[in-house]
Amino acid sequence: MSAGVELDHVTVKFGNFTAVNDATLDIRSGEFFSFLGPSGCGKTTILRTVSGFLDPTAGSVRIGGQDMQGIGANKRPTALIFQNLALFPLMTVAENIAYGLRVRGVDKMARRKKADELLDLIALKGQGDKLVSELSGGQKQRVAIARALAVEPKVLLLDEPLSALDLKLRQHMRNELRAIQQRVGITFIYITHDQGEALTMSDRIAVMSDGVIEQVADGKMVYDKPQTPFVASFVGENNPFPGTVSKATATGAVVDTAFGPLAGLNPNGLKVGDKAILFVRPETLKLGKGAAATSFTTEVESVAFEGNMTHVFLKGAAKKNITVTVGRHGGVKMPAQGDRANVHYDEAYGLVLPEGKMARE
Amino acid sequence: MKSSAVMKGMLGFYIVLFFLYLFGPLMVMSVTAFNTPSYPQALPFEGFTLQWFEKLWNHRLMMEGLLNSIIIGLGVVTISVPIGLAASIIMNQIYHRARSLFYLVTISPLLTPGVIIGISTVIFWKDAFGLTDWSKATFYKGIVLSILGQASFVSAYCLLIIMARLTRFDRAQEEAALDLGASYPQVFWHVLLPFLKPAMLSASVIAFLSSFENFNTTTFAILADKTLVTVLAGETRQGTTPALSALAVIIIAISLVGAITYELLKRREEAAAERMKERARLAERGELEQA
Amino acid sequence: MSSRALVLLVPFLVITAFWLMARYESKLGHDPTHKSYWERNGTVLGIAFIALVAFWTLFLVTLPYLYMVVESFHPRLPPAQRGGPNDFLTIAQYKSFIVSPTDGEWNWIHMGNFTYTIVVSAAVTFLNLCICYPLAYYMAQSGSAQKVRLLMLALIVPYWINEILRAFAVRLLIASKGLINQALMGSGITDVPIDFLGSNTGMWIGLSYANLLIMIFPLYNAIESLDKNQIEAARDLGAPWWKIHRDVVIPYAKPGIASGCTMVFMLAAGSLAAPLFLSGPQQRWFTMTVYDFFFQAFNWPRGSAYAFILLAACITFVMLVLKLFKVKLGEAIR
Ligand SMILES: Nc1ncnc2c1ncn2[C@@H]1O[C@H](COP(=O)(O)OP(=O)(O)OP(=O)(O)O)[C@@H](O)[C@H]1O
Ligand SMILES: [Mg+2]
Repeated sequence: MSAGVELDHVTVKFGNFTAVNDATLDIRSGEFFSFLGPSGCGKTTILRTVSGFLDPTAGSVRIGGQDMQGIGANKRPTALIFQNLALFPLMTVAENIAYGLRVRGVDKMARRKKADELLDLIALKGQGDKLVSELSGGQKQRVAIARALAVEPKVLLLDEPLSALDLKLRQHMRNELRAIQQRVGITFIYITHDQGEALTMSDRIAVMSDGVIEQVADGKMVYDKPQTPFVASFVGENNPFPGTVSKATATGAVVDTAFGPLAGLNPNGLKVGDKAILFVRPETLKLGKGAAATSFTTEVESVAFEGNMTHVFLKGAAKKNITVTVGRHGGVKMPAQGDRANVHYDEAYGLVLPEGKMARE
Repeated sequence: MKSSAVMKGMLGFYIVLFFLYLFGPLMVMSVTAFNTPSYPQALPFEGFTLQWFEKLWNHRLMMEGLLNSIIIGLGVVTISVPIGLAASIIMNQIYHRARSLFYLVTISPLLTPGVIIGISTVIFWKDAFGLTDWSKATFYKGIVLSILGQASFVSAYCLLIIMARLTRFDRAQEEAALDLGASYPQVFWHVLLPFLKPAMLSASVIAFLSSFENFNTTTFAILADKTLVTVLAGETRQGTTPALSALAVIIIAISLVGAITYELLKRREEAAAERMKERARLAERGELEQA
Repeated sequence: MSSRALVLLVPFLVITAFWLMARYESKLGHDPTHKSYWERNGTVLGIAFIALVAFWTLFLVTLPYLYMVVESFHPRLPPAQRGGPNDFLTIAQYKSFIVSPTDGEWNWIHMGNFTYTIVVSAAVTFLNLCICYPLAYYMAQSGSAQKVRLLMLALIVPYWINEILRAFAVRLLIASKGLINQALMGSGITDVPIDFLGSNTGMWIGLSYANLLIMIFPLYNAIESLDKNQIEAARDLGAPWWKIHRDVVIPYAKPGIASGCTMVFMLAAGSLAAPLFLSGPQQRWFTMTVYDFFFQAFNWPRGSAYAFILLAACITFVMLVLKLFKVKLGEAIR
């Protein structure tokens, strides 16, 4: 069984410090939902509020439509995979997995049976009598998942569960996790600061910064249609061109940047005179001349060949470089350091957003 | 580099001296336990004998004292270890100002000379038990007072030992159990207590030994009863006999066996942990290959 | 209500104050995770913890101390008169420490004993610090793991020999028929045995010997956590060894030094065994004076007053050491 989770104007404060600020969300039942954000932005805090270890300072949490106010962590239909896993080191693998059943008074035989079933699910068949310290990182990871699934939660909460793993294993576990979610069919709420993880696994993503939810959308939308400068600069690479709006229509706008007027889409309906930032992603910038409103000229700082693509770093207005990523197609001649280069883009790939906070490098 | 050689030599000399100081008196005493003269003398060695051990065995007072010492020791363990556990848990749950006050009170017996603990125990309980004839007849006894007096500072040892481990407890373990549906008492019995068990075991051993060898507090609190140590003190006061050396030899032997057993157990544990780690490494490799 | 019964009130006031303080601090809400004490422990365990700790702090610690202090402010009376009209509060017992109650003269004997005890205890503490520091440093910083383990084992075994037997061992060594005098006379250095016991040398040795390990473990623990690189860095910068100790190791080991010193001082000043078996007749240890008031003069109030004076001295010393080393109590005792 699965359940949705609603956050209704949830605010969590530690003393005077606001860790989560007025978060409102509706996570659907059976969804793989991710929170993505830099370290310290309040992701864990949200998860702990959902699981009941923290009480919101204001607002409410509903799980399956039921208000969780006053319901302790041990009474909620959620299970949490901790950032450090928190397996019980003094219990065997099977005892760990069956612990939730033990405290529910399930008898020993039934516990063992369930543990064996789950061991099967996580591909650790016959290893139930091992101690946790005998397992590898990935195995521990899976035991933690099995332990959480054993109590048949309606919502599984995962706090950066792959962060401790080796890079190669992490890739593998992504698929594994997604497969497990599809098999058990319950809501997964997944926390990560790794955008690759969020983009590949999730049905929808909430991007957070400094306690505020900046945008909720599926991966493609978050990447292609970021709503704030933070999302635009945090998810994937992006080139910002700050300036002032000098022309605005229903769909587009022109921003007066350090490289002259440049055009892009205007989803937020900015008006003339507004401070704005035009974002153009490196892979949509092209070398060569284009229309006046979508091209500019600057000096080449350096060129980095990466095999399947090449990054050309251009001198930007501020200290930050502009990156152009060129794929492996024949025609274009690579400029050399010190050359002046013409750059253009398709207006549909330029995005004008209101001025605001950006992600730190 | 010459000066470093000199330093090394000096260091070696110093270490030898240190251990000579530490062990010399004990070794001399041990020799006297096996020498025939009735005044405990090490040299000249006039003949090997075990008669002083036999004397010790037949020393009725000492055997009575030994029994009392054991009873008191067990009593102190039963009281102090739970107190230490409870105190460490409470200490862990209160905030800083209340915590420093609590700390001060609980640690004060360690900063109080043992004789004073003994005196205050006797003075207080004499009146407290003296409130009714029944309680006076049942409880105003050396054994009871000794247990109470010793428990006062032994509990502080237990608190420190258990607290040291408790601070290393990962709160996430507690939360994981709660999250899986355990109640707080279940967390205590299933997760916290097993985690604290090694510390409670060492606390028990330390508590028993501290009680067993205590003199300053006991000499007041024991009233008309006796423990091995107070009998020993009486004997030493009256004169000297190699039987005391024999007792020392036995204690040294027991400590030695205890220490070596402890060391061996620890080594075995470490080897086991190492094996586990090795297995984990193997599993890691296997998994990487699979992925 | 008699003053003795009033004593009972004090701890309950302290408990109430403590409870209010804990309540207030938890209300301040440092932490939204905070659950109330009863939530976190359940009723049964919660009550058990509080009962155990209350029994300890009230009946084993505060009440007996306070009761002893109150006793010291009473006159010495036969049991029948206790609580009667003659049982008034008085500072006579403290006065008797300064002015002898029998002849009205200054009580030089007791004040002398007290001073002697404090001075010798401090000296023994310093002596042990000097003896133990090099070994603690060696074990903590330069010894190989294998060697350190062996040394540790060697230190732990004699740790559990009780005070009496240690005093006895020292006595066997330095008695007039003991090994040292045998050696001295055998080699012709002296003709008559040297009276180590009568001159209190035996007691000095006994006190130092009994508390040797009390000093070494805190020192070792403190120095052990010092990063070896710090010492190497200092050496690289060309600091001579004594400067390394003065500027790097000792400041770092302060809590350990403070802890070792307070414990050794307290144990030495409160020691009964070494003075009982190793001291000469002319200068008595203060605990022996106290002991005699209880077991020979049966003057409990005066004994209590003297005990309290000793306790006050110990507390003062502890405070002084902590101040001197700028260490908090919590850091010194762990
Ligand atoms: N118990 C607490 N008391 C005070 N501040 C806290 C507490 N817990 C978290 N914070 C603060 O709240 C902010 C958000 O913390 P949180 O753990 O939710 O971050 P996070 O997004 O999970 O970061 P990470 O990726 O590093 O795990 C941080 O700045 C942190 O310092
Ligand atoms: Mg986190």
